[in-house]
Amino acid sequence: MIRFENVSVTYDGAPEPTIQGVDFEVPEGELVLLVGPSGVGKSTLLGAVSGLVPHFTGGTLRGRVTVAGRDTRTHKPRELADVVGTVGQDPLSHFVTDTVEDELAYGMESLGLAPEVMRRRVEETLDLLGLADLRDRPLATLSGGQQQRVAIGSVLTPHPSALVLDEPTSALDPAAAEEVLAVLQRLVHDLGTTVLMAEHRLERVIQYADQVLMLPSPGAAPVLGTPAEIMAVSPVYPPVVDLGRLAAWSPLPLTVRDARRRAADLRQQLEQRDGNAPLKGRGELRDQPQTTRTRHHTTPPTPLGEPTPRRWFQRRRATPTPESLYAAEVKALSVTRDHIQALSSINLTITPGETVAVMGRNGAGKSTLLNTLVGLINPTSGKVTPGGAVGLVPQEPRDLLYADTVAAECTTADAEASAAPGTCRALVSELLPDIADDTHPRDLSEGQRLTLALAIVLTARPSLLLLDEPTRGLDYAAKARLVTLLRDLAARGHAIVLATHDVELAAELADRVILLAEGEVIADGPTADVVVSSPSFAPQVTKILAPQKWLTVAQVRQALS
Amino acid sequence: MGLHPGAWWLWSLSLGTAATRTTNPLLLALLIATSAYVVVTCRSDAPWARSYTAFVKLALAVLLIRLVFAVALGSPIPGTHVIVTLPEIPLPDWAQGIRLGGKVTAETLVYALYDGLRLATLLICVGAANSLANPTRLLKSLPGALYEMGVAVVVALTYAPHLIADVQRLRAARRLRGRPHTGIRGLLHVGLPVLEGALERSVALAASMDARGYGRTADVPPRVRRTTTALTLGGLLGVCAGTYGLLTAEGGTYGLPVLLIGLAAALAGLRLGGRRALRTRYRPDRWDARAWLVAASGAAVAALLTLAADRDPAALHPGVVPLVAPTLPLWPAAAVLLGLLPAFLAPAPRSPATRKEPS
Repeated sequence: MIRFENVSVTYDGAPEPTIQGVDFEVPEGELVLLVGPSGVGKSTLLGAVSGLVPHFTGGTLRGRVTVAGRDTRTHKPRELADVVGTVGQDPLSHFVTDTVEDELAYGMESLGLAPEVMRRRVEETLDLLGLADLRDRPLATLSGGQQQRVAIGSVLTPHPSALVLDEPTSALDPAAAEEVLAVLQRLVHDLGTTVLMAEHRLERVIQYADQVLMLPSPGAAPVLGTPAEIMAVSPVYPPVVDLGRLAAWSPLPLTVRDARRRAADLRQQLEQRDGNAPLKGRGELRDQPQTTRTRHHTTPPTPLGEPTPRRWFQRRRATPTPESLYAAEVKALSVTRDHIQALSSINLTITPGETVAVMGRNGAGKSTLLNTLVGLINPTSGKVTPGGAVGLVPQEPRDLLYADTVAAECTTADAEASAAPGTCRALVSELLPDIADDTHPRDLSEGQRLTLALAIVLTARPSLLLLDEPTRGLDYAAKARLVTLLRDLAARGHAIVLATHDVELAAELADRVILLAEGEVIADGPTADVVVSSPSFAPQVTKILAPQKWLTVAQVRQALS
Repeated sequence: MGLHPGAWWLWSLSLGTAATRTTNPLLLALLIATSAYVVVTCRSDAPWARSYTAFVKLALAVLLIRLVFAVALGSPIPGTHVIVTLPEIPLPDWAQGIRLGGKVTAETLVYALYDGLRLATLLICVGAANSLANPTRLLKSLPGALYEMGVAVVVALTYAPHLIADVQRLRAARRLRGRPHTGIRGLLHVGLPVLEGALERSVALAASMDARGYGRTADVPPRVRRTTTALTLGGLLGVCAGTYGLLTAEGGTYGLPVLLIGLAAALAGLRLGGRRALRTRYRPDRWDARAWLVAASGAAVAALLTLAADRDPAALHPGVVPLVAPTLPLWPAAAVLLGLLPAFLAPAPRSPATRKEPS
């Protein structure tokens, strides 16, 4: 169905091809997952299928790409619109019209289908994707999962034989992601649609894949194989595979269910070794020099080094310690915005050195809570008492960056925080060692940009550090680096609050988890206690080893050694 | 399916035209009441339907401003009924003809009121069109050759809310960094990132539209293509020349025919151009008998009031000097009531899906 014949793509001005030696074929009716670290050319490869590369993006494509027998060299994207449907990460930038029904019809109108056909297909698609109740709704009022489903529906109505998806679930909460994946599963099973999908969050999607296409490193030729084969050698893998590799299970389990059936021995082994100590606080584990998991990555994370007295560290120490015992104290907090009760009667205390994960579905009030803590939103009633300075890294770290170069960004950050000149640059050098002064913030990768924003926020020496969805768009390696970095900051006494959908990140990092639903705290306690009991917020290791309370592969590995 | 949006626009603009034919406050009030009644019975519960209130407020503001100007600056209406005398600010010689303060006469006020009310009625009629017909659906009814322009406008309309959200987000981010986020400087600094974001989104949207078949064209023989270009360009030139002829004194003879020929050529060009477009329309709004009746009822109001203004100018323009109480001329008032027809023809049908709309 989709066929690449010795394809390489070189963008204008780039010294080397972004992808080369790509030669594979996706058979009809299969769901193929494209995996690989950030920056290996996954989006380029996907773009080549729909013809957007090179017709829209520019650059040179060598070799041949054919979709349903049509050569993308001679067919422009618009002429492939009836055989390939493309959905990206952000559904809002995909929408052309303003209501659900019009959006579903748009593609068919462009193709010139007969009105009766269009009417029938719109109704069928509404049913297939469970959107019938939303047909007249303006697109802007839908939730993230609904929008993504409409985006998928809008490319399905012309009945394409292949569907190309670039990280369709990375912006969604676990429940909404399952909604979208269930729809894809149904398309593959019922309609025989061929799906090629790239996704960072393998733990969500690996079990749906028939085959996996791996791009191991930039410029390397891709490898196509069964999920189990590829996962055995892949540089990126979900926790279930990590656990499988640790326990030397063969073939590797890819689903929680497979792993559970194999895990009886491991559970027993763990019980014997660790018998009377089910799981203590995460504090002990945090003191380890380095997380064991990250050793397995091809590119080891940048070590932050020993917390020896450093300029900015001393400075932070030198300032009088805050009088409050808490990094923040929240009492009976309620926030009403646009007639919606965003938060109601929240009581919290956050102690220095603690890492708290705030979880809950989209719109549960996570971002509002962070914005209230940092003072962007004023409480409608109740009180928020920060123990010292508070810094927030917003969902889109780019929003914090204005200047043309990293150096200029650092200078202004120093001035704003009234810190000594060079404070921010020293932080950047420490967190991102190989960044030149004259780099434009826009040219940084997603992870580097997040780290730069973090350095800028840290310049003001906040005792409470807030991060809103920090792992959005990060691959496993960048996530591991972030985890190391945040652990180090927590060890130095910063309190950290993360709002996140990423259950694996919360398991790895947080001492405590707060679950929000409709603006209320529905659970607040040690990570292990809260997530173990929740089906959608439990990390994979917990699900596999339940009823024992294990959260991460690193813990298991340590217990076994 | 609702009524064709074009019918609503014709109806509202006709009422607006009727409003420009009279200054009689009773007739104007009747026109406003007619449009309000129709809006209340026929509008749907979509977001754009709420714009009527905004237009009414705008109309009130216009009326007030007109009155304030009349009081503060006076007017050339010679009046004898002095209500109050404001202190007059002496102005230098070069500002001759402008007066600040001074006598406020009842005649001035009434004249300003009539005049302002006429403008307010016009605005309210436009507001009625806006709230009865989805503006984007109206664009979809454009002929095929103008389709690209319609899409551009729709995209622009959906971008406005995105831009506002971007500005708010970036201003919040500025506050996080402790920078000034209000005032001109704050806005200027936010401006560049907002534009960058908008540009990126436009590129993403363009890619998405391309991949979804936007701009697929049918093969048209080159001969037809050239004819289309010639007709459209020639037609537009003809329209320009004809308009110029109509407006100048010498061109009275050739003006009208040139204009008409140009218009016909341009329309033919558009029609031929539509052949290149492959597009079909999903659930197009049909111009049915109800649409005819709604448009005709509006047109009748406009025509009858124009006729009335010609036949009985005194009743439609009640005198200001000397002051007389306006009377309601009977048959023009009955004509205005014709505009109520849509309220009985086209009450908004509630589709089953919207009724159980979650709050």
